Amino acid sequence: MIRAVIVMNTQGKPRLLKFYDFQPPEKQKELIRSVFAVLSGRPDNVSNFVEADAIFGPGTRLVYKHLATLYFIFVFDNSENELAMLDLIQVFVETMDRCFKNVCELDIVFNFNKMHAIVDEIIFGGQVLETSSEQVMKAVEEISRLEKSSNSISFVPKAVSGRFGR
Amino acid sequence: MAATAAITTTSSPSLVDTLFQRSLDDVIRALRSSPSSASEETVISRALDEIRREIRSPDLDTKSVSLQKLTYLSSLHHLDLSWAAFHALELLPSPSLPHARIGYLAASLSFHPSSTELLPLATHQLRKHFAPSPANPPALAASALHLLALASSPDLGRHLASDLLPLLSSQSAASSSLRAKAVATALRTLAVCPDVAPVLFKPLVDCLSSSDPRTVSAAVGAFCELALAAPDPFPYLPLAPEFYRLLVDSRNNWVLIKVLKIFARLAPLEPRLASRILDPICQLLRRSHAKSLVFECIRTILSSLTDHEEAVRLAVDKVKEFLSSDDDPNLRYLGLRALSMLESAHPWVVEESREAVIKSLSDPDTNIRVESLHLIVGMLCESNVVEICNLLNKYAMKSDPEFANEIIGAMLVTCGKNLYELILDFDWYVALLGEMVRNPHCAKGEEIERQLVDIGLRVRDARPELVRVARDLLIDPALLGNPFLFRVLSASAWVSGEYVEFSRNPVELVEALLQPRINLLPSLIRAVYIQSVFKVMSFCFISFIEQIQAVELLSVGGSTQRSEKNDEQSDTVPLKTTESNVSEGDHGDTTADTVLLLDLIDKKTNFTRESISDLMNLIETAVAPLSECEEVEVQERARNVLGLLFTLRETQFWNIEAAHELKSDKELSEIIELLEAAFSEELGPVSANAQKRVSVPEGLNLNANLSDLSKILTDYDLTPSASISFSLQSYNPQETKEDSVLAVEPSSLLAEHRKRHGLYYLSTQRDGDELNDYPRANEPLLPVDHGDATEDLVKLTTPSLVPRKSKPTKPRPVVIRLDEGDGTSTSHLTTVKKSDNLLSEAIRGVLLENESQPSLSGKLDTSSKRRENDASDNSELISQQIESVTLEHGNSSSRKSRQHRTHKERYESHFKNEDIEKSSRHSIKSSRQHRRHKHRQRGDVTADIVPQTPAIQDFLL
Repeated sequence: MIRAVIVMNTQGKPRLLKFYDFQPPEKQKELIRSVFAVLSGRPDNVSNFVEADAIFGPGTRLVYKHLATLYFIFVFDNSENELAMLDLIQVFVETMDRCFKNVCELDIVFNFNKMHAIVDEIIFGGQVLETSSEQVMKAVEEISRLEKSSNSISFVPKAVSGRFGR
Repeated sequence: MAATAAITTTSSPSLVDTLFQRSLDDVIRALRSSPSSASEETVISRALDEIRREIRSPDLDTKSVSLQKLTYLSSLHHLDLSWAAFHALELLPSPSLPHARIGYLAASLSFHPSSTELLPLATHQLRKHFAPSPANPPALAASALHLLALASSPDLGRHLASDLLPLLSSQSAASSSLRAKAVATALRTLAVCPDVAPVLFKPLVDCLSSSDPRTVSAAVGAFCELALAAPDPFPYLPLAPEFYRLLVDSRNNWVLIKVLKIFARLAPLEPRLASRILDPICQLLRRSHAKSLVFECIRTILSSLTDHEEAVRLAVDKVKEFLSSDDDPNLRYLGLRALSMLESAHPWVVEESREAVIKSLSDPDTNIRVESLHLIVGMLCESNVVEICNLLNKYAMKSDPEFANEIIGAMLVTCGKNLYELILDFDWYVALLGEMVRNPHCAKGEEIERQLVDIGLRVRDARPELVRVARDLLIDPALLGNPFLFRVLSASAWVSGEYVEFSRNPVELVEALLQPRINLLPSLIRAVYIQSVFKVMSFCFISFIEQIQAVELLSVGGSTQRSEKNDEQSDTVPLKTTESNVSEGDHGDTTADTVLLLDLIDKKTNFTRESISDLMNLIETAVAPLSECEEVEVQERARNVLGLLFTLRETQFWNIEAAHELKSDKELSEIIELLEAAFSEELGPVSANAQKRVSVPEGLNLNANLSDLSKILTDYDLTPSASISFSLQSYNPQETKEDSVLAVEPSSLLAEHRKRHGLYYLSTQRDGDELNDYPRANEPLLPVDHGDATEDLVKLTTPSLVPRKSKPTKPRPVVIRLDEGDGTSTSHLTTVKKSDNLLSEAIRGVLLENESQPSLSGKLDTSSKRRENDASDNSELISQQIESVTLEHGNSSSRKSRQHRTHKERYESHFKNEDIEKSSRHSIKSSRQHRRHKHRQRGDVTADIVPQTPAIQDFLL
């Protein structure tokens, strides 16, 4: 299964964290730090796999992709295929690109809930459920449509407060 | 506004703050505009204060926004969220979808199955959201499933398992994504709570044959997870036909990959299954363009179908394609990994791709280099070890520090494997160890230290070269600057002291051991140095005396030479007599001793009175300051050395001209006797089990609490490290005895301490025989490092009768190994973890029950007939299941292996449990005799299973 999905920038700041085995916050911090230490030491144009036994426990590996200012990292164990995981990162990135129209780091920073919605459509409880970015996008759009329709009734005060609070 | 109303009581935040709530975006903006991490901290703590205020608001909007902020901070800034768990639950029942989703997100990110006692509160809400109703959009049910999947505790799983059923079996196309999510959730629930298997397993199996591809994919994924995690995948074998159908029919690469993974696990269990799936897999391998699928096919063949030559050939061809893909490092890396899978079963494969492998050693990618290194050391054999290791060592000199150590470590492990079974030429190997140390990046000091000493102990023939290498290391000024290599220096010092008789120039050795820069070394290693000086000094002195004796005896023995010591022509005959005179107690190899003595006379002729006293002066000047040293180990040893020195001086040995004078000087001859006795005993390798054979002295309680020890130690103001630690030398009790005899000024402090707390010291009264059994102080036998101990054990206990190839040129020197075969087997047994078969057992129960159901419907007659036919069948599968029947009738088949029997017993006991459970569930039968009755009945049920299994068998054939 997939153990974790991590998006972090090239300074080591996490942008999206999803652990499918519970990790306490302190441990998360430590994991992020060790993953970043490994990745930042790797030059470009090398293979995308890293043995992660020392970080995430025996039998785990991670696959990552370095795009622009971001690292996209999937941690998985022996029930997943390495190259398939690499493809899945591609699906994930493509989906974001579609959802945000030319995605950049800022989109990820400011769309916390939507990012989680996307990840949850692709990976659920550590299992890969959907590999078509089109389907994922549809589902995510459906959710935001539903949320908006229920928003329009009850969220008027919040909209006001949001505008004034800035 | 509701928010303000709730807050008016707390402190006094400004009106704007309380009136208008900051949104998540505001917080993020504030965080981003903070220039330093310190100001970020303040932003976070301010936001937290806000959140704590807002989250208690009765207004759900305010609450949800503040929870959202908190979730963000907790997820990406690692704040603890557990205090807000209740507030997350409060949001779940909200009719507004965003509220509920925010609540679920917070809960799923932060709830821990065992740490949150609030989870039971969510049970009802989850159940409500699972229920198919128009009020529950899929997005809501999905969030609820997500929480159950991530935070599922056994309790929650048990309560909600049956609520998953409608989701799992819904047929509408609209809910297909929800159904897949339910499958994934069911998997997680099964994993944490195996006793829901009877409820969830059957629907999961049904999902495999669903018409919805998404559901099938999720179900295959779930079974892959289950089969791979199961300690024994046998219970999943009956599902093989389903998986086979998918393997042949499916066009979805994700599904195929998972199916292949399942078959890789199942194929070794059933040989006919292997031959059945072989063809489709090869087809996929030839046909598919997806590299991931191709790689999975390769992996399946190389891991589980290695007996099928043709398939392996095909897979190897594909691997070569991977290896030659220059533009994709991922494929090269995976190709090398695939090769390493075959390394043990088909070494020819690696041989064939040798060139590519060696080329990869200089790849810019670390992963590829490491894999290729492992493959290369895997190729090592007796004939090429010298060549390849020399190359690797040169390569290590040029590589970056990390990889250099990787190389050195790999060489050490491979060459040291099974007591250096690859090494024929130990002179070369010892020299190689010396060269490894010269690598400026070398950080493998500990392992090199261990091997240097170990070779010294085990391989007699390697000692001269070992001493030479040790000397070179000791005089190398560069090594003193690298703390990783201090341990190597310690080993070198020990080796040159212990085997000083092979040294060409003992005086030079003493100079090296006492050079001023050794002050850079830690005290324990300095102690080893000084102890070596002790040995060298006594050796020089004894050889000097022996020289006098030998010359005398030579002349007495009829030879004409009187004053010339250096004449070799006439030595042989008279020396024999010398031999018999000198070493009476020694029943060893006399010719060898003669040669040794000859050697001695040959080499040590340059020990004159002057050189000995020069040596003594040198030692005195260098060691005297150390007798005031603060570290007890150093101090004690320094005093020992000085003690010996002064005692020797007092004897005025330089006045002695001839051997008869020697005998008349009683004190001197006594000292010589003692010195000879001290170091004549050779140290050997120690059996790893020796410690167990040492009987615990009476009155010594090893389990006693030693906490009072520290109190005692502080009383004496001794650093515990110095008084408790051992050095290499300290395990020779005899030597210690000598030391204490010879030391003129015993370090009174330590002696007194010992006297007073003798309880904590092992008795030193052991005779020489037991000496060898005594484990070295640094033998990894302490319970703390189990890993090392077992590793060492495995090394030591490999059968000593490994068939050896004929040795072409030089006979391999004897390597002493200890035979303790039963040591391994027991330790192996203990290391095998008692796997928890809970889930497999539960699933086995469910599956067999499932299978038995259809057969109940009137197939009984045919089934029993079939059973008879199948009794002759060789399938293990059948025999195992028949077993449960035949045992019932008291005739056990002879083919049953022991393992199967235990298997079956577990299986039976499980059934019993289930029976009890069942009876309590239906609350019909409860008495004990009923259970017995049921037992029999169950026998019949299992009998009915048998006809079902042939259905699989037939299919497989």
